[in-house]
Amino acid sequence: MYCDECKKKPATVHLTKIINGEKSEVHLCESCAQNHHKEWTFGLDENFPLNKFLAGLLGYDPQSTQPSMNLSFSLPEKCENCGFNYNQMSQIGRFGCNECYEHFKEKVGPLLRRVQGANRHTGKVPHRSGGTIRLEREIQSLRQTLQEYVSREEFEEAARIRDRIREMEKKLGH
Amino acid sequence: MYESFVNKALSKWMEGTGDEGDIVISSRIRLARNLSTLPFPHLLNSTDAKKVVTMIHDALQSLQAQEEEKDLVFINLLELQPMERAILVDKHLISPQHADEVAGRGLIVSLDESVSILINEEDHLRIQCLYPGLELEKVWNQASKVDDLFESQLDFAFDEKLGYLTACPTNVGTGMRASVMMHLPALVMTNQASRVLASLTQLGMTVRGLFGEGTEATGNLFQISNQVTLGRSEEEIISNLLVVAKQLIDQERMARHLLLKETKKQLEDQVWRAYGILTHARVISSQEAMSLLSKVRLGTDMGMIKTVSPQTLNEMLVLTRPAFLQKVKGKDISAFERDAQRATIIREKLLTEPLNQ
Ligand SMILES: [Zn+2]
Ligand SMILES: [Zn+2]
Repeated sequence: MYCDECKKKPATVHLTKIINGEKSEVHLCESCAQNHHKEWTFGLDENFPLNKFLAGLLGYDPQSTQPSMNLSFSLPEKCENCGFNYNQMSQIGRFGCNECYEHFKEKVGPLLRRVQGANRHTGKVPHRSGGTIRLEREIQSLRQTLQEYVSREEFEEAARIRDRIREMEKKLGH
Repeated sequence: MYESFVNKALSKWMEGTGDEGDIVISSRIRLARNLSTLPFPHLLNSTDAKKVVTMIHDALQSLQAQEEEKDLVFINLLELQPMERAILVDKHLISPQHADEVAGRGLIVSLDESVSILINEEDHLRIQCLYPGLELEKVWNQASKVDDLFESQLDFAFDEKLGYLTACPTNVGTGMRASVMMHLPALVMTNQASRVLASLTQLGMTVRGLFGEGTEATGNLFQISNQVTLGRSEEEIISNLLVVAKQLIDQERMARHLLLKETKKQLEDQVWRAYGILTHARVISSQEAMSLLSKVRLGTDMGMIKTVSPQTLNEMLVLTRPAFLQKVKGKDISAFERDAQRATIIREKLLTEPLNQ
């Protein structure tokens, strides 16, 4: 969503005011919100600094919110790696970089459940960037084999597998 | 080096061979991969985009120094004319999007065109493998091998929980899109196609017409692919698609059987009329050609026409596309000239088939 005022920057300040039961909404970028804060901070001191006003909305200073107003403020959430924010993402349907997945992880979870119906990869694991997951999966399948040997009372084989599992767990740093 | 890809019409996928080759034209696997160090392509500036192309080109060269993947060729798309790029689109080697904006993009193709790697399309790498017939397992093995080789040289973006990370969250996980292209004329003729194909969406499959994204399939060709890429392994996705494809094959065969049993004369009439028009027309639109070629193909599959090979029919799917006709003429030609050229090529191909002699 873009700023209602300049139509260029993403809207990060979302304001709802209710006057005599009439509700109106405005979505502004940071700089337009700065320019318009006088208009929107009615009922508050004209000289009330905007950041303090906004901090109030985030719950740091509950006295500063007026009962007649319901305002919400969202921080310009940006991925630290690529600078892309969530609004831009939802507009084009793509992430900016691989770290966006980690950075926006709270939103990624529900999003993936919606578009993919799942949120855990069970397929191929690359050799280099796969990290420890390859080893972990191998250990898991060895544990199964171990169980099978035990249930068939082939204890010699079972001991051999158990030693291998221990060795691999050492590699994992367990 | 690239000329052969642009000049010859025949790619591996058109061979007309492979399992269930009469109904399944081709099987394709596409893997989306990204380098872990740079933003996704749509956020890259031109310097970084070139860097991605160079890194992947370098990876290919060091693989080839180790005697791997000798038949892969790097193509600089900037050196190609727009028309030549359009041909690569017609041959299903690159996407239309990839042909339009070439700066900072690249392409790697195998000599038989069964493997292609698009650089800096939606993701840094899009590894594609395309084989004739219903050969999903074979195609997956091939694609996975190419993936492993490049992964031995490059760090791919991978998350232990989410799998391969992609620009679009609809590809995350396996990054895999498996698809089969199927010729289903009898299902269309018996008015079952839309019902049957619509039911596939409930099974997590996507259905598309052959060229483009539209729902209108030209020449009764449909592409069926998996919708979901996360939470299922590559093998599970492939075996689900295989089950669906086999069911469609059975239904198409049943419909063909029904047509032959109930309306044999009318069917023969339609097939031979199509053959008659294609072997005698002087001007033909792409749409008409596709629909008539579909009938000739059906006639060939059902043993009515014995002089046309499936390979010729597949080749004609590409040969009669606008870009290819333009290439043959070597200059910009009008739509009318193109339709005339198309009719000539089809006539010559059908009448000089080696099977005729
Ligand atoms: Zn603004
Ligand atoms: Zn990012």
